[in-house]
Amino acid sequence: MASVVKFTRDHEWVRVEGNTAAVGITEHAVHELGDVIFVELPEVGLSANQGEKLAVVESVKAVADVFAPVGGVVTGVNDALTGKPDLLNEDPMGEAWIAKLEIANMGELDGLMDADEYEAFLKEEGD
Amino acid sequence: MSELRKTPLYDAHAALGARLIDFGGWALPVQYTGILDEHKAVRERAGLFDVSHMGEIDVEGPDALRLVDHLVTNDCSGMSLHQVIYTPMCYPDGGVVDDLLVYKLAEDHYLLVVNASNTEKDFAWVQENLGSLNVHVRNISAETAQLALQGPRAEEILGALTRVDLRSIKFFFAVPDCPIADRKCLVSRTGYTGEDGFEIYCAPADAEHIWNALLDAGKPLGLSPAGLGARDTLRFEACLPLYGHELSPDISPLEANLGFFVKLGKDSFIGRDALLTQKERGLARKQVGLEILERGIPRQGYPVLAGDTVVGHVTSGAHSPTFNRGLALALVPVEHARAGTELAIDIRGRAHKAVVVKTPFYKKAYRKE
Repeated sequence: MASVVKFTRDHEWVRVEGNTAAVGITEHAVHELGDVIFVELPEVGLSANQGEKLAVVESVKAVADVFAPVGGVVTGVNDALTGKPDLLNEDPMGEAWIAKLEIANMGELDGLMDADEYEAFLKEEGD
Repeated sequence: MSELRKTPLYDAHAALGARLIDFGGWALPVQYTGILDEHKAVRERAGLFDVSHMGEIDVEGPDALRLVDHLVTNDCSGMSLHQVIYTPMCYPDGGVVDDLLVYKLAEDHYLLVVNASNTEKDFAWVQENLGSLNVHVRNISAETAQLALQGPRAEEILGALTRVDLRSIKFFFAVPDCPIADRKCLVSRTGYTGEDGFEIYCAPADAEHIWNALLDAGKPLGLSPAGLGARDTLRFEACLPLYGHELSPDISPLEANLGFFVKLGKDSFIGRDALLTQKERGLARKQVGLEILERGIPRQGYPVLAGDTVVGHVTSGAHSPTFNRGLALALVPVEHARAGTELAIDIRGRAHKAVVVKTPFYKKAYRKE
């Protein structure tokens, strides 16, 4: 099944397959945070609205909230991050996904950025 | 970053790919490759820090000792030539103006090394308290660069660049004339990481030359440039206080566990009466170390709980790279300060169990002979 990747202004990514969304934080976010040392994962079954806090990522330097890019119910979490939080530094867009959501409203995806738009957004933010 | 003040090493940091941040108005590297790598390098090999933002106040004249001894809580009268001491400097009410190093350069000549963000305030405070003393005080911060080379291999690395026998420099002593890479330097065996090492003072124009020479000499021995991030985790593990966290105008050095550096036996110094009263009455609160027993990382300002009651706050907290767990320094009522006492830290709304532990968290056996 083809997957679509979208991005938020808070530097989360979401990979959509069917009505499931894998959620993580972008390479840019991880670069800004530096060495990640702890990830607070959500509970499976948690229901989050779009923009609500889903997880917490802590680096040596800072604490960052991860918000739900789209609303839905948490169907899975990446337990690998509990034992190896620095997976986020190594592969933030792949192995280090944070949670999977069953998307409540597919329409919410339309408000997110595609890869080109996100890249342009980063450039704009950097200036 | 154009409005930020730059150290003479700004270009060198940029060339190394450092991430520069606004640190109290200075553009300084928070990290080069990563805080954890740099922290480890300092503990196991060596790290090189640019600390040129630190302030230096030169005190010279017949009354230099009288002035310095009146300003600080530690005893300067017993200092040996070229000795360095750590000391708080207090307000009359016992709150802390700053914490600093005092270098005795000659019988009538002292150098005060102060926190960057406090330099102007400290210099004004020194001038305010000059009275009729015969002493000349200058803020020489702008004409002084400072590098810190820290770690078990620091002596070996620095030794390659000087003819001075570094083994002869005892812990907390200085050599005022110690050329490094053929440039004039003041070198002391001091630092802020809990490791053996040196602090090197030089002219700003020489800083980059010395920096590069050290990196070259240190390369085969595993030296890494290290940023403010590692500086903070290192000093935190060693429980070395940070102004604005463990020390402030609202926290006395006795409360901050620095009683060793407060010589109440001295005839007079600013803050003596207040500190003496505080000691006689007994402290109401005290700084403690806390080890967190559940997953989570305490940070500055997080509430400390005894049962359901907030009894204090975290003054510094971090994930300790050496011990791989969350540790905190906190100011708590003395009845909760005993090692083994069970407390909790409120991390974003959830109480995490913690226990009072002895400090420092990390202790290195310094070479003191």
